[in-house]
Amino acid sequence: MHLSEPKQVEMFWMMLLARRLDERAWVLHRQGKIAFHISGIGQEAAQVGAAFALRRGEDWVVPYYRDLALMLCLGYTPREFMLSLMGKREDPSSGGRQMPSHWSLRRVNVVSHSAPVATQTPHAVGVALAIKLRREDKVVLTTIGEGATSQGEWYEAVNWAAVHRLPVVFMVENNGYAISEPVEKQMAVEGAAARACGLGLEGVAVDGTDALAVYAAVARSVEKARSGEGPTLIEARMYRLTPHSSDDDDRTYRTREEVEAAKRRDPLLRMRQHLEAQGWLTPEGLERMEAEAKALVEDAVDYATRAPYPAPEEAAYPVFSAEVRRG
Amino acid sequence: MAEMTLVEAIRRAMDEEMARDERVFIVGEDVGKRGGVFRATLGLYEKYGPERVVDSPLAEASIVGVGIGAALYGLRPICEIQFADFIFPAFNQIVSEAARMCYRSNGEWTVPLVIRAPYGGGIGGGLYHSQSVEAFFAHVPGLKVVIPSNPYDAKGLLKAAVRDPDPVLFLEPKKGYRLLRGEVPEEDYVVPIGPAHISRPGRDISLFTYGMMHYYALQAAEMVAAEGIEVEVVDLRTLAPVDRTTILESVRRTGKALIVHEDNLTGGYGAEVAATIAEGAFEFLDAPVRRLCGPDVPGVPFSHPLQDWFMPNAQKIADALRALAAY
Repeated sequence: MHLSEPKQVEMFWMMLLARRLDERAWVLHRQGKIAFHISGIGQEAAQVGAAFALRRGEDWVVPYYRDLALMLCLGYTPREFMLSLMGKREDPSSGGRQMPSHWSLRRVNVVSHSAPVATQTPHAVGVALAIKLRREDKVVLTTIGEGATSQGEWYEAVNWAAVHRLPVVFMVENNGYAISEPVEKQMAVEGAAARACGLGLEGVAVDGTDALAVYAAVARSVEKARSGEGPTLIEARMYRLTPHSSDDDDRTYRTREEVEAAKRRDPLLRMRQHLEAQGWLTPEGLERMEAEAKALVEDAVDYATRAPYPAPEEAAYPVFSAEVRRG
Repeated sequence: MAEMTLVEAIRRAMDEEMARDERVFIVGEDVGKRGGVFRATLGLYEKYGPERVVDSPLAEASIVGVGIGAALYGLRPICEIQFADFIFPAFNQIVSEAARMCYRSNGEWTVPLVIRAPYGGGIGGGLYHSQSVEAFFAHVPGLKVVIPSNPYDAKGLLKAAVRDPDPVLFLEPKKGYRLLRGEVPEEDYVVPIGPAHISRPGRDISLFTYGMMHYYALQAAEMVAAEGIEVEVVDLRTLAPVDRTTILESVRRTGKALIVHEDNLTGGYGAEVAATIAEGAFEFLDAPVRRLCGPDVPGVPFSHPLQDWFMPNAQKIADALRALAAY
């Protein structure tokens, strides 16, 4: 599964842009300009690797709340992210109804998800069932944190997909923590990939800080799904470099030494070093990318800051389809 | 027109909708070869095949959750929950997901989904095959709750539910599956979701009920008619969104209201009807609003004398009507 130089550079660009947007969200929160942020820092490699393995805009994606880099790869814009952070009317995911990072983007087949974890997994399986019923060759990618693989609904959904051999790829973003609880409080097996053996599908563990490794694993699973050979469970192992959310204080449950050690395995750094070693990224090239990312982030913040809030009475709808208003 | 039972009318509705629209499919436990434990899907597996009459794993959360996913993709699933008592594992999917999808995505995603579930007691089913669950769900904005009381309405309402763009919980009085009989047209028709039906006009007391209790309400009305008490029986048919206009107009004519349901009293659906009357027809009342409901015990007990103590019946309703008439 070879990826060309431009593709690999593009992957790095998406990771970089996601990182700078995410960092800016933390700053906005500290400045009191947004009420909440939930971060994907440290998880960009896996998300970008997975996205590049899809027919983006055609395959379906049922994500979870840390997937900013994945969303950017699918066509979600920096402006849209900032609109969501600020609860503005133009936020395409929910018009300011949902908390930030609760994605929905119909134009590229990204399904709306909620906050109770693992509720999205059965939806991904239902989409895959519909694809199979209609004999189409699309696939579904659904993501989740490792903590949520303890949920019954996750087991039910994965089991169903295995029984019916549905075209779905389950990617667990194992970032080591479910808020404060480390992996060993979620499972007696070594990792989420091992959960697959009792459910009758292939389970694959992959280094989630290596975008190319994740790409290879997901591309193979997508191909398998597309050719009717059923689902795969992929566990991408990584580390959550930030607190759970802007309301969390991770100093209460993990040491600074542990976090600092993990930062030395930062996936963004890893991808950069890989490209530099290949001679595909020069200092000047990196500088240009950083400048472009900064400009996009500033533009997004300015745009979203000036954008209007929803009118209060918009909270009354749409409870039912007949109340949906466009524009 | 042919006379048929309630369950035959329900089967006919599904058959006609599956023939009319290839997006319609059925999913649930034992719905395939077995034709459903109540035989509601009898013959449909042979007629439409295993892809459109899907035997699911024994897991209710995913029956609904997978249905939601298929609905998001554009199919029209009919999910069968074998007994309403077993719907609670799917509560999260129904309440957090199906009912909220349209609102939370600002109308980007809608869930055209029907969930069928047999409900109610008086059949020797004990605590876990007898429950009435409507109050839990009628509370939820974004969800429609329908309960037919006769075969004609069952066919027309179920067809309306399948064509509805939003999630509909269709609760079927299982005691009436073969007991309730009536004329049902062969041709295509729908009974709209929403309007209540005055099934017996009367000037003395308004009796609000639905589902199986409607059958006993008509018997009770007949019993007290011989004593000169003219009861107006209002079959609510749809609990959400409820027909407040018909409720209030009826009470304004009669000045007295009795509400009957087999679900237990406290926090039951009758409380909502009583509040509607108190708010909208207070000055027309000649007596306190009365409720005749199941008692506040944790379920319908199994042994016959215990079950009879629990269940409202024609005699108990007639006694309540006499007491109210005498007020």
